[in-house]
Amino acid sequence: MGKLARDVAIIGVGQTRFGEHWNLTFRELGIEAGFRAMEDAGISSSRIEALYTGTMSSGLFLNQEHVSAMIAEVVGLTENQVPATRIEAAGASGGLAFHQAILDVASGLHDIVVVGGAEKMSDVVSNVATEFVASGADQAWEGLFGATMPSLFALMARKHMHDHGTTKEHLARVAVKNHAHGAKNPLAQFQREITMDMAVNAAMVADPLGMYDCAPSSDGSASLVLCDMKTARELSDNPIRVAGTGQGSDSLSLANRKEITSMRSTVAASRRAYEMAGIGPDDIKVAEVHDSYTISEIIAIEDLGFFKKGDGGFATERGDTALNSTITVNPSGGLKARGHPLGATGIAQINELVLQLRGDAGDRQVKDANIGLAHNIGGTGGTAVVNILEVV
Amino acid sequence: MAVARHWRNQDQRYNLAGTHCKVCGGHFFPKTSMCPSCHRRSMGKLERFQFSGNGTISSYTIIQDGMPQYSSQVPYVIAYIDLEEGDHIIGQIVDCEPSEVEIGKGVEMVFRKLSEEGRSGTIQYGFKFRLTM
Repeated sequence: MGKLARDVAIIGVGQTRFGEHWNLTFRELGIEAGFRAMEDAGISSSRIEALYTGTMSSGLFLNQEHVSAMIAEVVGLTENQVPATRIEAAGASGGLAFHQAILDVASGLHDIVVVGGAEKMSDVVSNVATEFVASGADQAWEGLFGATMPSLFALMARKHMHDHGTTKEHLARVAVKNHAHGAKNPLAQFQREITMDMAVNAAMVADPLGMYDCAPSSDGSASLVLCDMKTARELSDNPIRVAGTGQGSDSLSLANRKEITSMRSTVAASRRAYEMAGIGPDDIKVAEVHDSYTISEIIAIEDLGFFKKGDGGFATERGDTALNSTITVNPSGGLKARGHPLGATGIAQINELVLQLRGDAGDRQVKDANIGLAHNIGGTGGTAVVNILEVV
Repeated sequence: MAVARHWRNQDQRYNLAGTHCKVCGGHFFPKTSMCPSCHRRSMGKLERFQFSGNGTISSYTIIQDGMPQYSSQVPYVIAYIDLEEGDHIIGQIVDCEPSEVEIGKGVEMVFRKLSEEGRSGTIQYGFKFRLTM
């Protein structure tokens, strides 16, 4: 138990720029990311044996379900009737698609698979997007009373502030740091720095969370090529190994949890991933965590064991999570600055770690990065997925 | 929310009807057909439980950017409420200025219109909360 049946590695990554792609369709975004990943891996599509796609809600945003077949068709995989599967777990759809693809390859069923994540959010107006995003939380017992996704995280934020002394400035620090990182990422939605003043005094969305405490709505796609280690060594000079993978669940509704300043799903998923990898939080040099809201990052870095409960805000204020400090958190800019096309996010996180571990991350390179962790959640933490990657 | 779905849940929506598990003694909202702690052992040992509607604000937020059906009501307050008998609930705090809402303040349930589907559409009723002091 707790082990993969065989070693699995990533040999190629690709991503579109995240942002508002008014002129591109869901299909075109998927093709672009997929082809970049294939090009990076240096293999032809005839080698692909299976396809996994993480998408939160093509049904609501595009009125189109069954996007697994659609993506397989547009990237030319239906000629060989390649198995195509769509995975949904709200904002964790990408991370969970990756997790499922790992299990597929580790089982021995397939040797080479492609995993993609995509979302097209700009086709609907913003308050409709607000309603669709809220469907990742409990619509019957939260949404019906007017609770939006940011408002549920605002409840966590105010409780965290009340219990642990976290401040509005701590939240702002997360946004300022992630924008500073995003400014160095050519595929990020927001490639510009922001000031503390801008972050602290931005218009409120759901008090205490303001505009800069919230990740944007985005269009985008990310993709990667995964294979067994034997094949990886034949095809690649620098495969990145999956050291650990873990998943956890919690109640869909925030009201059915005993506490709201910690996510049990994250704690469980990370424990499972750490155990599989045979390492602990102190071994992680670089992490991509799910900062859908600034408070999400603070809670995540505590639940993942990087800092003790209640210290997440203070650690951020000390600069412990900035580029090349104690542990670099969200060198890509995170969801806040890279952008958050729901289903694509989990794959973009993995891709950032691959670039970091290869030493190909340019201006945002974390020095001596050899082990990285990605943390992806759905809704308010009803699903959490943690993946740990390492240099071979 | 579709009319049928709202109707199916009307007991919980209008009366804060929950469940008491006679195995572990826990009280749960909304109604459930299985105790989340006792699982199968709770079968046949669950009874309807009427929550008083009294509780304490554990956390809250003032929403400026609301759900479409509530966009005419912004700013509105959503709170995470610890119910007196156990379990938690998420609901709106009404009949006060948002600035009066604080963690630790007591609340009681009130019965209100939640939202309506346009001027001639279905009106949805349910619970909200107001401060008791």
